Amino acid sequence: MEIKQTALAGTLESSDIQIMLSKGTDGVSIELESDVEKQFGDQIRLVITETLHQFELDNVKVKAIDKGALDCVIKARTIAAAQRALQTQDQPAWEVF
Amino acid sequence: MKNNVDRELPEDLMSSLNYQPYETTEIGNPEIQRVAPVVRAQTGDDKLVDSIEDVVKATVKDGMTISFHHHFRNGDFVFNKVMRVIIDAGIKDLTLAPSSLTGVMNDMVVEAIKAGTVTNITSSGMRGSLGDFVSHGNLKNPVIFRSHGNRARAIEHGDIKIDVAFLGVPNADKLGNANGMEGKAVFGSLGYALMDAQYANKVVLLTDNLMPYPNTPASIKQTQVDYVVEVDQVGDPEKIGSGATRFTKDPKELKIAETVNNVITHSPYFKDGFSFQTGSGGAALAVTRYLRQSMLDNQIKASFALGGITKPTTDMLKEGLIDRVMDVQDFDKGAADSMHTDPRQQEIDASWYADPDNKGAMVDQLDVVILSALEIDTKFNVNVMTGSDGVIRGAIGGHQDAATAKLTIISAPLVRGRIATVVPDVTTVVTPGDSIDVLVTEYGIAINPKRTDLIDALGHIAGVPVFTIEELQKLAASKVGNAKPLEFTDRTVAMIEYRDGTIIDAVKEVKD
Amino acid sequence: MAETTERLRRTMMFVPGNNPAMVKDAGIYGADSIMFDLEDAVSMAEKDAARALVYEALQTQDYGDAELVVRINGDDTPYYHNDIKAMVKAGIDVIRLPKTETADMITTLVADVAAAEKEFGREEGSTHVMAAIESAKGVLNAPAIAAASDRMIGIALSAEDYTTDMKTHRYPDGAELEFARNMVLHSARAAGIAAFDTVFTNMDDTEGFYRETKHIHQLGFDGKSLVNPRQIAMVNDVYQPTEKEIANARNVINAIEEARIKGSGVISMNGQMVDRPVVLRAERVMRLAKASNLVDEEGNDLEK
Repeated sequence: MEIKQTALAGTLESSDIQIMLSKGTDGVSIELESDVEKQFGDQIRLVITETLHQFELDNVKVKAIDKGALDCVIKARTIAAAQRALQTQDQPAWEVF
Repeated sequence: MKNNVDRELPEDLMSSLNYQPYETTEIGNPEIQRVAPVVRAQTGDDKLVDSIEDVVKATVKDGMTISFHHHFRNGDFVFNKVMRVIIDAGIKDLTLAPSSLTGVMNDMVVEAIKAGTVTNITSSGMRGSLGDFVSHGNLKNPVIFRSHGNRARAIEHGDIKIDVAFLGVPNADKLGNANGMEGKAVFGSLGYALMDAQYANKVVLLTDNLMPYPNTPASIKQTQVDYVVEVDQVGDPEKIGSGATRFTKDPKELKIAETVNNVITHSPYFKDGFSFQTGSGGAALAVTRYLRQSMLDNQIKASFALGGITKPTTDMLKEGLIDRVMDVQDFDKGAADSMHTDPRQQEIDASWYADPDNKGAMVDQLDVVILSALEIDTKFNVNVMTGSDGVIRGAIGGHQDAATAKLTIISAPLVRGRIATVVPDVTTVVTPGDSIDVLVTEYGIAINPKRTDLIDALGHIAGVPVFTIEELQKLAASKVGNAKPLEFTDRTVAMIEYRDGTIIDAVKEVKD
Repeated sequence: MAETTERLRRTMMFVPGNNPAMVKDAGIYGADSIMFDLEDAVSMAEKDAARALVYEALQTQDYGDAELVVRINGDDTPYYHNDIKAMVKAGIDVIRLPKTETADMITTLVADVAAAEKEFGREEGSTHVMAAIESAKGVLNAPAIAAASDRMIGIALSAEDYTTDMKTHRYPDGAELEFARNMVLHSARAAGIAAFDTVFTNMDDTEGFYRETKHIHQLGFDGKSLVNPRQIAMVNDVYQPTEKEIANARNVINAIEEARIKGSGVISMNGQMVDRPVVLRAERVMRLAKASNLVDEEGNDLEK
């Protein structure tokens, strides 16, 4: 699937992660900013990538600013950003939830 | 070589620095020959010097050990003024031996290291850009970290031999009688600086407030001082306070504080005449407030409060809930002012406070202490020195010393953001688990299995579930997921002494 | 009604649904019920994000023994149906419907919930519901609302909207709420479900909070909706039984046990027959005493 518009979800509050999705050309590319990059950078990227794949979003640029979010928060914010980017907030993709 | 907390220590440094591995928290009764400073006799008429340049020229030579105190904390102007002159004078190979290093000193220390001015450091701690700089292997020799009590011990032993101490004070007369209570940039107790004043070969006071002679009360005495320099400003009064002096409204912090108070009041030590130390920070202030209410409700008074003092503690002194405040440093202006007006608030030096090689230190008489932790492991070992990325960003302070209290409580959230506080093994052991009794988190408490006597007393507190520390560690891991292990090089960037001068752990250079 | 009288529901803590830090930590305060809010605490632009966040948290976070409740957006909003679907799929214990005015609204909600259970393969009837009463009409229809479905576990008064509807506002003595409180409470009791009092928002007025909580405790409410975790200990304090009440309850429980051992159908204590209501009250006192850690699982005193 293709992104319809650049979309943002999440905040810069502690324990949150802000995820911005925009059109990409070459797979999923993630620019991650996180204080826990050393310990959890790979895991954060994995959760974002897997969630985007579930939306069948294969070409997308991700900018993520992490403030110590747990996996469940990362997944929730990625879902919200993806649905906003696809303009499908009103028809949630229940199989991804 | 491994020590008694199972830490691999660098053989080469252990032998070249003549160190023994940490074995036990027990100090025993060693007999110690203390050292004494070299004194240049004079009448005291010529102590006033016009400039820092002149006094540096007269006192500091290549290879010396110089010291400062950190009572001005982030409002300090003295450190940077003096170091600027020393760097510009082209002096090399100094050992920097301050009581601690605060954020405002970081850039100057980095510059001094780069210039070759400073090649050795011993301190209670370091943070920010300096901690980062050192953790990346930019200082040739390893930093030696010592607790406040251990610094006093090391000075008395001659392990730290201070050639010149530069001590900022908010008032002094021309012969060097000074205290920390009067003037523009007041900080109250001079506790840590009193060691330097007593043991340094040369003592230089810097003040912005020259008082008529003789200036009393004198914490530092004219018999100890070689030079007095008048400067325009010793510190920024706005930044001396330790920041978190406001009562927290964060429900998680309050929950932890309330649980800490529950642990104290259900312990056998909560009785008339008990003693306590709470420290600084929003959560510590909250504990003090809960404790005050419990003391009122149960008509219990404390014989003394110890350590770093805050206004809520001195308020309890005024209320009659505490008989004496034994004050090694003050964290806010309220506490500093109180020392000036209330003779029951006694200024104590770092040796009296916490020196293990003493004829009795205050910490040995302490019933209850609340301490923090960056990490605590399933052996109850505590790290207050290195962050989750392995970088130095902390200070021992009085942690190892006060942990000798009869009831040592570590107060820490189970998880900070995505970082587990309770871990299988701490990154750096600072305080051994043998001296820790109870861990309090927002989920519940864990009691050190060695303290079977506490299990009955603390096992049935309403709303305070008891876990094993392994259960808390697993709970934390289940929340944050598995962290990738940190990577370090083989190079040692810092050695952590236990309070008796043995080595409890080493800090390695981080690999980026 | 399902398991309505068994569970303690002293404290129902509001948790803003789009705040990760609060959602993640909601389990640490010992609330009897945790109520994730998708309605007033979440701005229009974040409804989708909050729904996803609460859903993912419910899948992964351990909230212990707390009853998990979600306040969904009203049936007059475009979020209502998706909120129900997401929360039913997540396996929430209770869905709280705001601004309930008629029994029909509950009937409709229950039908929507049942459809969602079917769609997502959840056990039929596993999702309970409750109603928040926020208007004069809702108060007058409370008896029918409370009895509208056997999925109903409780009914709550929400005073902010209600007092506005009544052309008044909240006063310290609460006289303006007396009728509504009694209507909600009686409706709940008649239907055999729980009754929750409204929130108290001024965190600086501890005395006022205690006054109000003691009052609703005296009336017979199961508990209160809460805006701040710090209020939990205060409510539990008010609901904690006295030593005398516990001693009395223990005697009743012992008498029941004796009667059981003897095989006697009649429970007697000090030569007098013990009525059913006395038994029920004694059981409730012992439940509260256990929750306050005053007695252990067997009902024995714990050293304080």
